[in-house]
Amino acid sequence: MKLVVAIVRPEKLGDVLEALFRAEVRGLTINRVQGHGGETERVENYRGTTVKMELSEKVRLEIGVSDHFVTPTVSAILGAARTGDVGDGKIFVLPVEKVYRIRTAEEDQAAVTPVEEAATAGV
Amino acid sequence: MIGADVAFMLVATALVLLMTPALGFFYGGLVRSKNALNTMMMSVSALGFVALVWAVAGYSLAFAPGNAVVGGISAAFLRGVGLQAQGTIPQLLFMAYQGTFAIITAALVSGAVVERMRFSAYLMFLALWTLVVYAPVAHWVWGGGWLAQLGALDFAGGTVVHVNAGAAALVAALALGPRKDYARQAILPHNVPFTLLGAGLLWFGWFGFNAGSALQASPLAALAFVNTMLAPAAALVVWTLVELRRTGRPTAVGAATAIVVGLVAITPAAGFVGPMAAVALGGLSAIPTYLALSWRARTRLDDSLDVAAAHGLGGTVGALLTGVLAQKAWNGVADGALHGNPRQLAVQATAVLAAAAYSAVGTYAVLKLVALVLPLRASAREEGLGLDVSQHGEEAYTRGEGAILVLPDLAGPAAAPAPAPRLEPEGGRA
Repeated sequence: MKLVVAIVRPEKLGDVLEALFRAEVRGLTINRVQGHGGETERVENYRGTTVKMELSEKVRLEIGVSDHFVTPTVSAILGAARTGDVGDGKIFVLPVEKVYRIRTAEEDQAAVTPVEEAATAGV
Repeated sequence: MIGADVAFMLVATALVLLMTPALGFFYGGLVRSKNALNTMMMSVSALGFVALVWAVAGYSLAFAPGNAVVGGISAAFLRGVGLQAQGTIPQLLFMAYQGTFAIITAALVSGAVVERMRFSAYLMFLALWTLVVYAPVAHWVWGGGWLAQLGALDFAGGTVVHVNAGAAALVAALALGPRKDYARQAILPHNVPFTLLGAGLLWFGWFGFNAGSALQASPLAALAFVNTMLAPAAALVVWTLVELRRTGRPTAVGAATAIVVGLVAITPAAGFVGPMAAVALGGLSAIPTYLALSWRARTRLDDSLDVAAAHGLGGTVGALLTGVLAQKAWNGVADGALHGNPRQLAVQATAVLAAAAYSAVGTYAVLKLVALVLPLRASAREEGLGLDVSQHGEEAYTRGEGAILVLPDLAGPAAAPAPAPRLEPEGGRA
């Protein structure tokens, strides 16, 4: 199992979600975050105060997937989140030691497999 | 000159001026948070740009003696517009009162182009549109132009303001094209309470708009005032019942829209119909606009905040029903079709068609003219980032995290050409 962590532009979130659902990735968590990734700073003015905004709004997705789902997940995000400008974000793939599904106490592979698929597999 | 009239019109002018920032809240709540300031600025900047254009030339083109189509330039730069009486109020006050109408009408059009129009192009559009489109149409109806001679009834601007803005909005939405996310992603209102606040303040200001259009503190103003209370009430009730029946859940955005639709519809009729006729008019106006709004959202027409449906169609319904429900017993001017004067309905239809057609052509011409100098649309990248940051360098809801103060160079005494402010961070990098 892997944890795919992706940091994307907020305005690209809709496209990314659509691509993920197309790729049948259903379980995910998102946060609104702020970060700095080398993009040009924005200069803003409020009355006499000029500020450089070093941090940009981003969205972080966390997706726990089974191993064979890593490539489809990553390519869905790569395809949907890209604009070609600096600041498109990053994708990290991390190893996961243990996963539990709280409702059923299923572990690992079973815990990250969507319900319908598990049901079909059981029959 | 009558003191009571002067006092009343001073207050009415201030009330109508308030409608433009109110419109900013109404529209600002309906867009995404990344475009909130830009949308509100489209209304706020009309307070400056249109007011000045009005004083310089717009008022003259609308109200100075001219021909049947447009006024003259004899009152340009307010030449000769002083404290002498115009009716029972100073002419200068009349000019200011009419100026507040020009301001809100131009601002109304912005609802069709939000979240994508380049701000500098919008400012140029505002100024030119006031001169090329608004001033002549105002002249036709109120400045002694051909629609006035024909006997068109437009008490407070159903045709001049709302049909005009609605037709302009339709053309502007078509000319700019849809937002890049339109019909691809859900675009949701970011602050519905703002929209309700805007609707409430618009209603409040609209008492100045409609009752003030009597131009005197008179029983006629009282009639227009009461009708301005009752028609939106009826529209609100009908809209709520329609939503209850169709979805079981009346919405706040729907309520705010219904109030505006009722106000728009009663505008041409305010001083011409009785109070129960106003109730009927307000209630009836809700149905076609509701259907038009619901239909429009499923098309490729990105009239983003439904100016054409709420103001264009609402204004048309109001103008036509004025031709049906007007009653000489109330207004002493003319009867409508219901009271034995079917010709009035034909006159009203002529006025609506003429204003809509002229506005559509004029708006298209103005947009093409602006496009020669400036691109009309922000780039796709700016649109993605949001127009607040890309057009204004500000955000509506900034938290200030990661903001580094940039200090101007205060060290040296002002050397001959002042050095540009240094854009160097004060602190270290995060």
